[in-house]
Amino acid sequence: MSPWVFGFLFFTAYPMGASLYQSFTKFNLIETPTWVGAENYVRMFTDDADFWKALKNTVWISAVSIPLRIAFALFTAWILTKPKRGSNIYRTIFFLPAMVPTVAATMSFTYIFNPAIGPINKFLEFFGIENPPMWFIDPHWSKWALILLGLWGIGDTMIIYLAGLLDVPRSLYEAAAIEGASGWQQFRYVTIPMMTPVIFFSTVTGVIGSFQYFTQAYVAAGQVNDYSHSMYFYATHIYYQAFKAYDMGYASALAWVLLIFTLICTLIMLQTQKRWVHYPNGSLFK
Amino acid sequence: MSAYTPEQWAKIDADAAVMRGKARRRKFLETVANHSVLVAMSAIFIMPLYLIVVISLMTYRQASLRALWPSPFIWHNYIEVFHAVPFLHWTMNTLFVSTLTMIGTVVSSVPPAYVLSRLQWKGRNGTFIAILATMMLPGQVTMIPVYVIFAKLHWIPGYLPLIVPAFFSSAFSIFLLRQFFATIPDEISDAARIDGCNEFQLMMRIVIPLAKPAISAIALFAFLGAWNDFFGPLLYLVENPDLWTLGIGLTQFESLHHVDRNMLMTASALFMMPVIVIFFFSQKVFIEGVTLTGVKG
Repeated sequence: MSPWVFGFLFFTAYPMGASLYQSFTKFNLIETPTWVGAENYVRMFTDDADFWKALKNTVWISAVSIPLRIAFALFTAWILTKPKRGSNIYRTIFFLPAMVPTVAATMSFTYIFNPAIGPINKFLEFFGIENPPMWFIDPHWSKWALILLGLWGIGDTMIIYLAGLLDVPRSLYEAAAIEGASGWQQFRYVTIPMMTPVIFFSTVTGVIGSFQYFTQAYVAAGQVNDYSHSMYFYATHIYYQAFKAYDMGYASALAWVLLIFTLICTLIMLQTQKRWVHYPNGSLFK
Repeated sequence: MSAYTPEQWAKIDADAAVMRGKARRRKFLETVANHSVLVAMSAIFIMPLYLIVVISLMTYRQASLRALWPSPFIWHNYIEVFHAVPFLHWTMNTLFVSTLTMIGTVVSSVPPAYVLSRLQWKGRNGTFIAILATMMLPGQVTMIPVYVIFAKLHWIPGYLPLIVPAFFSSAFSIFLLRQFFATIPDEISDAARIDGCNEFQLMMRIVIPLAKPAISAIALFAFLGAWNDFFGPLLYLVENPDLWTLGIGLTQFESLHHVDRNMLMTASALFMMPVIVIFFFSQKVFIEGVTLTGVKG
């Protein structure tokens, strides 16, 4: 137990306290922090256009990508349960992109989606799309390109869904079939309700993760000179404030607001789960 | 009981045969439809990997014409990339950090997981919930004070900030191991205790050998996590190019050297190759590990 206790004290408990304190100070790493009260928090909401831009981008990508990811993972997992033979091969293929290191995947996507030298738009033109999007270069499309990058790496979420689907008792489907339920009705009234715990779990982790969305956006923005800040997210803002501007007090305040946002969202989801999440055994921790 | 004439029986049999034929045909069409969708989706998932590999084998001229098949194949790109950038050096750096992170995580996560799952003590559940809570905590909250500690220790730039925390165990690994340890029957431990095993021997000789799949999974996750990590090296290594890992090196590719742009695909392909090889050899461990983290949330 002791390695964890020390780890917890050094890398979690102390830093949390320190960061809360620093969020009320002006601190540039070299000089000692000076107390400024709630100034950092006031500045964030009243005098920081980048904060609002980053917040807007982050909320947008969470709202669009989390439902898309869930639907896509559920669909890929569901279709994998269909064939009698060969599903292991398909599973390996679908999972493979999740193994690609994030930086390599992002660099490759910015290259192959590049409208001038990347082959993706050549395909789109071949299929009769006349003005294919400029993807990462176009502020209106860059977030969609990031979402595609994320969907490509859906593998680990898909595996969790697949395990969930295989856990649904066959007898439920048989009973539904005897009652005359069609394939779609079975999916809608048996599969989905039985999958709600998994969907709920991945929504919660998805929200927590997307508030911290950083590497893909940072690497892609570095590749294409994202002047309009269309790929500037909340975690990017914290990074720039802390390690480029060395405004560590302000960055700590940003981090605490992030934590509070995350907590509020998680609590709201925990509240609503009674209405739609179906636990066969009646409890979250079992 | 109603009796059928032989003619009626023949008609019933014929109808049944037609029904069976229809059902079989429907089943067959369904199979064809499923496989078509699966093949189409496989093509989409594979496409980026295919493009990376073919572009990595082209001349830059050919790559910029958006060709889809290299002619000729420039295998030399895969040698050239080691000369154009310090690729081998970055690979060794990445391997060093990943290996130590893996060792640290395994050594420091097994005992807490053991204590949390195999022993009864007051506050056990509370501690477990605290561990789950730290998994949910955004890293940004602790990042700055931790950075300040390492800066005061003069560890930046350097590998210590990446490696040392791994030796203080990760919440995620403890969680995964605990889930697995909890499935080992208590009778086994009780029998060993009666035979005079102490808790340490019990852990080393009984529980660890039984938990090999879960331990391999956390070792694998720790290694891959460090291999793929970008943010840690970005904070702690960027100032000293000698220390760069593959992830950092790759993002600096174009700004540093006058190499053909499609060589970036060569480097990316080399960067992902070990991971994909590892995956093919350990697919089972891997998928079981992912499943263990997700379903029992």
